[in-house]
Amino acid sequence: MADDQAATPLVEAVGVTKRYGETVALDRAGIRVMPGQTHALVGRNGAGKSTLVSILTGLQAPDEGEVRFGGEPAPRLADRDAWRQRVACVYQKSTIIPELTVAENLYLHRHDLNRLGLVRWGALRRKATELLAGWSVDVDVRLPAGELDVEQRQFVEITRALSFGARFIILDEPTAQLDAAAIARLFTRIRALQEQGVTFLFISHHLQEIYEICDTVTVFRDARHILTTTVADLPHAELVAAMAGEAAGLAEGPSRTAVTRGPGVVLDVRGLSYGDAYREIGFRIQTGEIVGLAGAAGSGRTELAETVAGLRAADSGTVEVAGRVPRPGSVPDALAAGVGFVPRDRHHQGFVPMMSIADNATMTVPDRLGEAGLISGRRRDRLARALIDNLAIKTPGPGLPVMGLSGGNQQKVVMARALASDPRLLVLITPTAGVDVKSKEFLLGKVEETAAGGTGVLIASDELDDLRLCDRLLVMFQGRVVAELAAGWHDHDVVAAMEGVRLDA
Amino acid sequence: MPEQTLTPATETATSGRERPRVRLARLRDFALIPAIIAIAVVGQIVNPIFLQGDNLINILQTMSEISLLVLAQTIVLVAGKMDLSLESTFGLAPGVAAWLTVAAGSGAGLGLLPGAWSIPITLAVGVLIGAINALLIVRFGLNGFIVTLGMLIVLRGLLTGISGGQTFFNLPASMLYLGSALWLGVPASIWLCLLLFAGGVVLLGFTKYGRALYAIGGNVDAAKAAGIRTDRVLWTALVGAGVLAALGGLMMSGHLASVAAAQGDGAIFTVFAAAVIGGVGLNGGKGTVFGAFTGILLLYMIQNVLTLAGVPAQWIQALNGTIIIVALVLSRLTGGKVQD
Repeated sequence: MADDQAATPLVEAVGVTKRYGETVALDRAGIRVMPGQTHALVGRNGAGKSTLVSILTGLQAPDEGEVRFGGEPAPRLADRDAWRQRVACVYQKSTIIPELTVAENLYLHRHDLNRLGLVRWGALRRKATELLAGWSVDVDVRLPAGELDVEQRQFVEITRALSFGARFIILDEPTAQLDAAAIARLFTRIRALQEQGVTFLFISHHLQEIYEICDTVTVFRDARHILTTTVADLPHAELVAAMAGEAAGLAEGPSRTAVTRGPGVVLDVRGLSYGDAYREIGFRIQTGEIVGLAGAAGSGRTELAETVAGLRAADSGTVEVAGRVPRPGSVPDALAAGVGFVPRDRHHQGFVPMMSIADNATMTVPDRLGEAGLISGRRRDRLARALIDNLAIKTPGPGLPVMGLSGGNQQKVVMARALASDPRLLVLITPTAGVDVKSKEFLLGKVEETAAGGTGVLIASDELDDLRLCDRLLVMFQGRVVAELAAGWHDHDVVAAMEGVRLDA
Repeated sequence: MPEQTLTPATETATSGRERPRVRLARLRDFALIPAIIAIAVVGQIVNPIFLQGDNLINILQTMSEISLLVLAQTIVLVAGKMDLSLESTFGLAPGVAAWLTVAAGSGAGLGLLPGAWSIPITLAVGVLIGAINALLIVRFGLNGFIVTLGMLIVLRGLLTGISGGQTFFNLPASMLYLGSALWLGVPASIWLCLLLFAGGVVLLGFTKYGRALYAIGGNVDAAKAAGIRTDRVLWTALVGAGVLAALGGLMMSGHLASVAAAQGDGAIFTVFAAAVIGGVGLNGGKGTVFGAFTGILLLYMIQNVLTLAGVPAQWIQALNGTIIIVALVLSRLTGGKVQD
């Protein structure tokens, strides 16, 4: 990478400052992306990544500083076509139109027209098919785009960006909603495109991915540029230190030593089966025990955890929570039995975005907020304030809509909701998805703290960091528990079991 | 030739699992055709008059005016908005024209303008109402449902006000023409209705403008990002809807040779029912003009069959409501998706 210094950077932002009223979102920050690189941009929530992305994609103008593409100054903001030819961003939130076909999404507002000004659908579909085939994306262009899964949708969006002529693509947390196999396919694709001359700016909270796929990494912290270096030269701990501003690592060794495990059983699952998702599952969780349910997406771990939480009713078998069998498929009954639940997708099942933190956090415990079905605002806010303090949610007060919080703080609200009922059993599904390093550490610490208080915990995830604090790990593969590992397991054993590979064979 | 070399590639790129879904998506447009055929058969059994030319013309004539409201509503719904005020525009636009052109002395007419002005006035009122809706919804970002609900009441009140609650008679000849003329032996309003629907199919299915409507209704941010001037498209959609409603009202007045203060009152429910039965989504981005046409056609055929079967007129409304709900249940059972 040393000779890169001589070349012209493909994209360069120099001394960029952006203020929103009082807050400084970017403070004389910059980035240089060399052609053909896969460049990682990391930083905790609020570090200024999103602001930089919106400036690099021409959605906002910087207050100071400038953006250059291949040495040339950036086009005017109004010249959308010029921007589209230079840069594209694939956001976490989809920018496709679900009701329209893949073909039309690819060529939206630049349809092929015939002499009468009418759309030539046949030609459009052919062009779209060729385009996708050209970048070897295997998707039927006639499908409504809403039927694509996240992975296909990303490929379609990347291809659309390439079709405008852009050879610089920003991927904003592309792996957040993908399982391990899909991430592997995405990376294969990124490498292939890199060889074809496409440059990527890769934004991710998963540091391991950056080591896997990126050449160069830029770290932002508190609106400033901290460092840019080749990934190979930067040890894990130093990267975390650069992001956190202190030498605090998450990954280094399990901190959990003393297991305060009591004699009682908080969860007893016997002979549980549910359609094709999982079969004949049985296990127990004792008071104060943390049990991990590892497995890739599609392994049945999510469905199993949702069954325990009462979202699904199993076809056969029983779930017993603290000596009581809640009615299968009834969330209120599971709640009453003492189950606290952090669902899989916080945007979907975790909170109501327009409602306040107080309303969201206390949603599971209306009975404690007042008599005879009435809710006392004062009592609710008192409880909410306690939860906000307990989970260190960054907010001016309990009345703020959850919508306005960062991802990490939103997930803390979901956790607060699960903890509000003082559960005997806490069920968590991918509890740290799309959350920054610091919040992740905090949330997992809170899980340990809860377990220390005698609550049994079940964590369903494929994220090794989530599972590290478990006393015991059940690994699921294709609907069955294929391995049970005690604390102190090696990463490769777990990954191998989740992928259905036997290392000892 | 490129077509032929490409076909096999497409075949292999498509996994077997996805094929039927594509077909199903296409067939959605024709979902009501079996129902229409079934009703035709039932109608013929109930009363052999049903399939005779005169009766078919009668059905089309009865639905022609209100079907323009369905067309207008479909355009607005596809773009992700709603226009409840269409039914009042349907009455007020020809009402204003009659008010200004009908000779003073007979009813509430002012006789300020010659009769030839009636059609331009009607259409201009449609434009004006559409523009007010657009101003409030697009420019000021108000909720379309509430704005047009307010407009529905205001416009109805205006018509009652200018007419004094009376019906305008003695309309100028130009106002009567579209509702009463025959072209090639078939009422002009049927021709107009069919032509406008054909135009609507082309507009929404095959023009950049039409596809922009779908894009805006489906995901307005994505539409903006694709370079669509979303505000301008919405303005024209709402103004166009106003004009279509005014035209429908004009045809109705010509047909009845009068403008009643209650013209169009309550029609919006039938309009929504026809659109939704025809597969137009209330949340935007979904449905076609052809589907909407089959929706209104089905409703009017059923009504006609009920009349021919001798069902008392007092019961038809209750049956209509039932039909709408049954149709929705059926489309939920066959389409499988939750309607919202």
